[in-house]
Amino acid sequence: MAIEVRIPTILRTYTDGARAVEGSGGTLRALLDDLETRHPGIHSRIVDDAGLRRFVNVYLNDEDVRFLDGIETVVADGDVVTVLPAVAGG
Amino acid sequence: MLRIRQDLVDAIVSHARADHPDEACGVIAGPAGADLPDRFIPMLNAARSPTFYEFDSMDLLRLYRAMDDNDEVPVVIYHSHTATEAYPSRTDVSYASEPDAHYVVVSTRETGAGDGPFELRSYRIVDGVISEEEITII
Repeated sequence: MAIEVRIPTILRTYTDGARAVEGSGGTLRALLDDLETRHPGIHSRIVDDAGLRRFVNVYLNDEDVRFLDGIETVVADGDVVTVLPAVAGG
Repeated sequence: MLRIRQDLVDAIVSHARADHPDEACGVIAGPAGADLPDRFIPMLNAARSPTFYEFDSMDLLRLYRAMDDNDEVPVVIYHSHTATEAYPSRTDVSYASEPDAHYVVVSTRETGAGDGPFELRSYRIVDGVISEEEITII
C-alpha cells in the first residue's frame, strides 16, 4: 500500500505526464520529500519556506489540509492526496 | 483561437452582469483533447470582491473530480472585470495555472448589470506570458 498523489496538469512535467503517482510518509511534509526523490523539482512548486504555497491547494481525501494541520497533516497508506492550483485572479 | 458557441458566450455575459459589481468567475468544461468548450459551470466567487476572484477550495475539488469523472478538462476559465478593460491583470497572470486553457475576460465596466455593449476577449497565459487570440463563434 502507498499514498496516491493526484498531480495537476501544470505539474505533470515533473511526473512524465502521469496524472497520479505514489509516495510514502507519515505526514504531508514527509510525503512531499519522498516525491521529490523521484520527481525532482516538484517539491518547490508546492511548498515554500513558509509552508504550503498560497496558490496551491492540497487535499487529504475530501479535506483541504489548511483546515487540518497543513504540511504537518498526518497521512497513511490508502489515503489520496490531491494537489490543485488555486483558480483565482484579479 | 477560441471556438465557442454563442449560447456559451451569452452565459458568460449574463453571469458577469448578474454578479456586477463583484467579479464573476467560472469554467466551461469540454472533452479532453477536443479544445471545444461545452459544459457551462458558473462558480461562486469566494472572495466576493470587485477586484479579486477565487474559486472556493472545496468547490474547486468537486469541480476537478467531476471533470475527471467525465474525462473533461477546463477548456475555458472565465472571469469578469467590473471597472477595467478585458485584459488579464498582473494578478491574473500570477495565478494562471492551466496552460491549455483559454482565459476569457469579460468587462462590464460600460453597462454594469444592464444590457448593452460589453468587451469579451480570450487569452492564453503560459509561463507568465499573455497571448491574445481570436474568438470564433460557431
